[in-house]
Amino acid sequence: MKRRMRLRRNASRLLHLGLVLLLVGAGIALCLLIASLPRGAGLAPAVAAAVPASGVESELTAVLLSFRGYDTLLEMTVLTAALAGVWSLGPAPRLRVSLPGAVLLGMNRTLLPVVILISGYLLWAGGARAGGAFQAGAVLAAAGVLLLLAGATVPDRLRGPPVRAVVIIGLAAYLAVALGVMRDGRRFLEYPATGAGVLMLAIEAACALSIAAILAGMLAGGRPGES
Amino acid sequence: MSSALLYAAAGVALFLIGLHALVWQRHLVRKIIAVNVMGSGASLLLVALGHAGPGATDPVPQAMVITGIVVAVSATGLALSLTLRLARASGQVELPRPRGDDR
Repeated sequence: MKRRMRLRRNASRLLHLGLVLLLVGAGIALCLLIASLPRGAGLAPAVAAAVPASGVESELTAVLLSFRGYDTLLEMTVLTAALAGVWSLGPAPRLRVSLPGAVLLGMNRTLLPVVILISGYLLWAGGARAGGAFQAGAVLAAAGVLLLLAGATVPDRLRGPPVRAVVIIGLAAYLAVALGVMRDGRRFLEYPATGAGVLMLAIEAACALSIAAILAGMLAGGRPGES
Repeated sequence: MSSALLYAAAGVALFLIGLHALVWQRHLVRKIIAVNVMGSGASLLLVALGHAGPGATDPVPQAMVITGIVVAVSATGLALSLTLRLARASGQVELPRPRGDDR
């Protein structure tokens, strides 16, 4: 019996050694492969040439919302589906049993207005420099996390449809714009030459709200306000 | 240019360290962390390769990484919720241990 245990242990060690060797070999092969990749300018010149026609000044925002808008649309779908998955697991547990301390409450009172301001700035700045819907949404989600940690819950009259509306508004606005531009004979997600910047800002504003609600909802860990 | 390659190699290393933990660790939270480390490695590799070429930085890999980070965060949130649920339902957060295994 003991002998068999020792054999098993040795087999397990051998297996681990084999795994490590395999991974080290894969690492060396991958590094050699990367070193031998041709080093061109990539897509940078193509993006730089197309940005003036996109309606925004920031290359990153132009790629996210315009050139690769399909990716971002699907990303919003993944986010929404992930929250639906979390909600399907059951009602949100109580994150806080005791009353929050004065320090946390005081910090929230000071920080929350600033956070909302920063989020709005990031959203606006996305058109020209670093910023955008995801950064703005993440900052806004931090405000939601602070509120949750202080024991806040969704009030009774906002449960159900209002919360769901905030969660879905990003995806809904994105889809509405993507399909709406097809009316004038354009393709899916093909923004009109004039007003593309405004459309993208509208999408980003809706997405920022949804992203904030979804990320904070993930921390809550279930359907709001049923526990 | 060579520093970009160094970052790319670090990305490969992170990815493989995460893969090792994903295969070898039995605790589910460790597996989730392992997947996140792998994702960070892949992101580092992508951004590094965007810097490797001559001229301006390629914004397309950066946009892909932003997308990837958000997807990774939401997938992690869902995975952690599932793990919590499993822990409450079964009292187990680890995959079963094979007999005679001393890890």
